[in-house]
Amino acid sequence: MTTQIEQRHAVKGAVRVEGVSMTFRRKGHETHVLDSIQLGIEPGEFVCLLGPSGCGKSTLLNVIAGFIKPTAGYVMVDQNPVMRPGADRGFVFQQYSLLPWKTAFQNIELGLKIRGMAKGDRTELVNDYLNRVGLYKHRNSYPHQMSGGMQQRASIVRALVNSPSVLLLDEPFAALDAQTRHMMQELLLDIWEDLKTTVIFVTHDIEEAIFLGDRICVMGVQPGHIKAELPIGLRRPRHFDDTLSADFVNMHRQVFECIREETMKSMEKGF
Amino acid sequence: MAVSVSRAYSPRWLTQLGNTLSNLLLANRSLRRLLAMVLFFGIWQFLCVINFNVFVDFQFVPSPAKALAATIKFMSGNPWVHFRSSIMRVFWGYGFAAIFGVFLGVLIGWCAVIEDFLLPPLELLRPIPAVAWIPLAILMFPTSESGMIYITFIGAFFPILVSTIRGVESTLNDMVLVRVGQCLGAKPWHIFKDIVVPGSLPSIASGLTIGMGNAWFCLVTAEILAGRYGIGYLTWESYVTSNYPPIVMGMLLIGLLGAFSSWAVSKGMEALMPWRVIKKQS
Repeated sequence: MTTQIEQRHAVKGAVRVEGVSMTFRRKGHETHVLDSIQLGIEPGEFVCLLGPSGCGKSTLLNVIAGFIKPTAGYVMVDQNPVMRPGADRGFVFQQYSLLPWKTAFQNIELGLKIRGMAKGDRTELVNDYLNRVGLYKHRNSYPHQMSGGMQQRASIVRALVNSPSVLLLDEPFAALDAQTRHMMQELLLDIWEDLKTTVIFVTHDIEEAIFLGDRICVMGVQPGHIKAELPIGLRRPRHFDDTLSADFVNMHRQVFECIREETMKSMEKGF
Repeated sequence: MAVSVSRAYSPRWLTQLGNTLSNLLLANRSLRRLLAMVLFFGIWQFLCVINFNVFVDFQFVPSPAKALAATIKFMSGNPWVHFRSSIMRVFWGYGFAAIFGVFLGVLIGWCAVIEDFLLPPLELLRPIPAVAWIPLAILMFPTSESGMIYITFIGAFFPILVSTIRGVESTLNDMVLVRVGQCLGAKPWHIFKDIVVPGSLPSIASGLTIGMGNAWFCLVTAEILAGRYGIGYLTWESYVTSNYPPIVMGMLLIGLLGAFSSWAVSKGMEALMPWRVIKKQS
């Protein structure tokens, strides 16, 4: 079988967030959501943006994706300033976002089709990816016939099949049950070990952030800023057993302390 | 268990009879629908037989039996010429309405400039009932046939147009779907073709179904205009000549044809949307 999946792209995918600020204006009322965010991400790095609700982590991700324009500052991906959404930044949404009128296969194929890849090539590539995440036998299912976990697997593959420089995930597993979530986390790590795509993963789940990331950026509220950057030194490849190790638990405690204060503030604000 | 306790208080045979009856009549959906029709005609016949006259007077209302007799007489004559005239008028009127309604609706929903140029006059014309179009239809069209087709067109066009516009707008309003397209590198054309059109298909389908009903609805109006053939013409003529049973027959035939063609349209549209599942309370 051709193994385009196993090509490594560690050379591309450097992300630089330069002084990004974001202010929403609604009915004359201003909300300062992000305050001059400064963030550099290495090619192939797995970074988790962790913070309580209302810290602007999803807003930051939307700015990187190009869905919204920042009030100040800019984002560079591989020397290219981000102006609008594009296929070089794959995005996995929190809610199930497969197009309901397309099958799993057609959903994943869409990006390649838009790019104009020949039918034979894209069928082979999509089937490769479907096999990779165990969805091959569901390739002709419509989203409503698939479980939440299957839909999110398909969403991840839909983004990855375009070999993006960066994969952006906005709390992709938040709606799944705990068992499925753990399996999805392992699956994501598994794919990432092969592809080495840069990943920016937004979550409010401390354990998830530690388990997945090379580095955690803890975000604070009022307005959103990066409060701390914590490297995660746990060995890779990681398995779910690792969450019980002493190192993991220590890390958990450390992150918890860091985020606790912000969560209190966020609760006072009424999020 | 609660169920067995409550049963213990009523005789066993009564419970069984009740269960059998409800299984027979209520569990099966087509049986339930048949029962509804039987009840409808039964009550109507009953009201005619007793000459019901409390505010609503049933004295001159033909009973279902008389309507049936009129239908048999009509069918044994030459009904096909009437059916064909009516069906062709609806076919052409509805066909044009579907093409223009969907086409303009998609453009208006998608593009603000087109909306600004087209929607205000269309909104002005929309509330005008088909009857009010009769004089102009006579003046505007070279043949009475085309005038009648125009009036059925009016009936079907606006529901199709409005549903299509709403469908497109609500798909565009779904930010996630549009963003999905954008971060797959989709150009506006792809977003239009792969997201907006299929996303608004359910709305378009309901517009087409309602439009079909309305086309039949306007048929009587259209056939008052002129002609010697057509179900609507027959209905109106029977009234003018005080021959009442065929009025009811004509009304029921229009109802039947309208219901059948609406059903056919909605089935056809469902076949276009295999991704949709609808689960109802039983």
